[in-house]
Amino acid sequence: MHIQLGGIDYAILLIYFAFVIGIGWVLKRYMKGSSDFFLSGRSIPAWVTGLAFLSANLGAQEVIGMAASGAKYGIMTSHFYWLGAIPAMVFLAIFMMPFYYGSRARSVPEYLKLRFDEKTRGFNAISFAVMTVFSSGISLHALAKLLQTLMGWDYNACIAVSAFIVLVYIFLGGLTSAIYNEVLQFFMIVLGFSPLVFLALKDIGGWSALKQKLIPVATSQHFAAGTWSDSWQHMGSSLENPMGVGWFGMVMGLGFVLSFGYWCTDFLVVQRAMAANSMSAARRTPLIAAIPKMLFPALVILPGMIAIAMYHAGDHFLPFVDNNPAKGIDYNMTIPMLLAKYFPTGLLGIGFTALMASFMSGMAGNVTAFNTVWTYDIYQSYIAPKKSDTHYLWMGRWATVFGILVSIGCAYLASKFNNIMDMLQLVFGFVNAPLFATFLLGMFWRRTTGHGAFFGLLGGTLAAAIFHGLALSEGAEVGIKGGWIATRLNFHSEMGQNFWMAIVAWTACFLLTILISLATKRTKTDEELKGLVYSLTPKPETAHEPWYQQPVVLGVLVLVATLILNIIFW
Amino acid sequence: MNFDLRLPIGIMFSVFGVILVVFGAVSDKAIYEAHSLGININLIWGAVLLVFGACMLFLAWRAGVKPPQE
Repeated sequence: MHIQLGGIDYAILLIYFAFVIGIGWVLKRYMKGSSDFFLSGRSIPAWVTGLAFLSANLGAQEVIGMAASGAKYGIMTSHFYWLGAIPAMVFLAIFMMPFYYGSRARSVPEYLKLRFDEKTRGFNAISFAVMTVFSSGISLHALAKLLQTLMGWDYNACIAVSAFIVLVYIFLGGLTSAIYNEVLQFFMIVLGFSPLVFLALKDIGGWSALKQKLIPVATSQHFAAGTWSDSWQHMGSSLENPMGVGWFGMVMGLGFVLSFGYWCTDFLVVQRAMAANSMSAARRTPLIAAIPKMLFPALVILPGMIAIAMYHAGDHFLPFVDNNPAKGIDYNMTIPMLLAKYFPTGLLGIGFTALMASFMSGMAGNVTAFNTVWTYDIYQSYIAPKKSDTHYLWMGRWATVFGILVSIGCAYLASKFNNIMDMLQLVFGFVNAPLFATFLLGMFWRRTTGHGAFFGLLGGTLAAAIFHGLALSEGAEVGIKGGWIATRLNFHSEMGQNFWMAIVAWTACFLLTILISLATKRTKTDEELKGLVYSLTPKPETAHEPWYQQPVVLGVLVLVATLILNIIFW
Repeated sequence: MNFDLRLPIGIMFSVFGVILVVFGAVSDKAIYEAHSLGININLIWGAVLLVFGACMLFLAWRAGVKPPQE
């Protein structure tokens, strides 16, 4: 199953690494204070922050995982884009960026401190910091494991080289270096995978032929003929589609709770918009990102659909999990196997470098978010307040080293004890699910109190844990997959179970926050909440900007385009 | 910050484009029969990367020969 790279492929990979490190080295001279290192001095143009906003989310899960989902579920996977990303990105741009950018908060946890209180900030900062280094470690492990399987390279060497490259360019150039390299990685990924889609689609005979060849894929699993090529028609109930999710669970669970919870509150992506050079640029950042985002299914989901259609037509180029036919097809190998099938030496170097870039951009995004939250929200707030700016710049650099070292530790932990990482991701799921309710009430209801926010968040997290303990999906064993209290709720799929867990957690947090806020005293005056709450904040002036730079106009255009895509592939 | 990102992007993709075009022109046609449906994809995609890189360099140059923190 090994891919053979030629000398020219290695040359392309080395040139790419040289540019990545070179950008960090050039930017080092501009890192004069902590604001430059953590916030890019708020000097980055919108087109750069927009593409970085998208690229920071373009990690291994996106490229490898979405192609795998395209093979497993067909075009229904596009719900993660057209329903589970675009509406939230538009909401962030129009309604939430004015608070994040205008409040002078340097991070999302700091916004929570300004809006609520110290304990709410502490809870969010600590859980986020731990989560980002673990996510970075999981990304590192996935990369090393893939390279070991594909290339026969040494696992330890893969970990060391990729971690070292990310460390060097962030240590030198901070957030600016990460953002600039994310844009480089964005173009690398788009230009590296586009010919793959072209060749694979040409090979199968075009879109119409693909739809025909996907019919036996669906019918062999007892679904309706068009299940793999229609995105909405088979969402009537969870029994009608391979995702095992009905329309309400999909719209509320993915389209509202999880999507808005990630895109509107996760500092990893919001940090890119906060580095923009003006309020207008900060608001346009998610909208600029939304345009390529809505087209990404063609780049990452379509190859998966083509691969499974070919496989069913007799071209068995996809391997089995652990080479064991009893374990089924290893869908995560879809993109690597397509690269090996269609790319000759030369272009293979470009495609392989794009694959490496996707892993590294995800890891770098996590590390830069970690070093900012650690330095501003934990170190400066609780350990060493009132130090000089130079001291915090120094701490940011060493937090980068620490973050990378912990990521490496997590990668080895994931390689030895997969269940521990599953458990950690599950706990993070409990914490993240209710988070958007806290932000929504905080930004749009001035009566929300610090006690309401904190205990609402804890209540939502507890509700998620209890729901998980009572729910189990078909074929899953009691334990880490759920049902550890008692199996009272049965789901057709783990995805459906997770979507409903998010709905329950969000609802619990929302209601608890309202009730506790009504029962507790306000500690912030209207004056203190200016710039933090919608009704108390002057709206940003956009009338002087040309129509194509106005966030509301851009947002409506993006939503209309997304709606059209949903209708075309209904 | 006096650093135009389009410059390194333009240089890198121009270099990649040149590598692919040259390799596509001199390589054995058999590798394209084995992989890319008989299409000399290195030559074609190398040209695409070269054009993209050149456009980025042009934009960087144009910005260099020519705007003003709210």
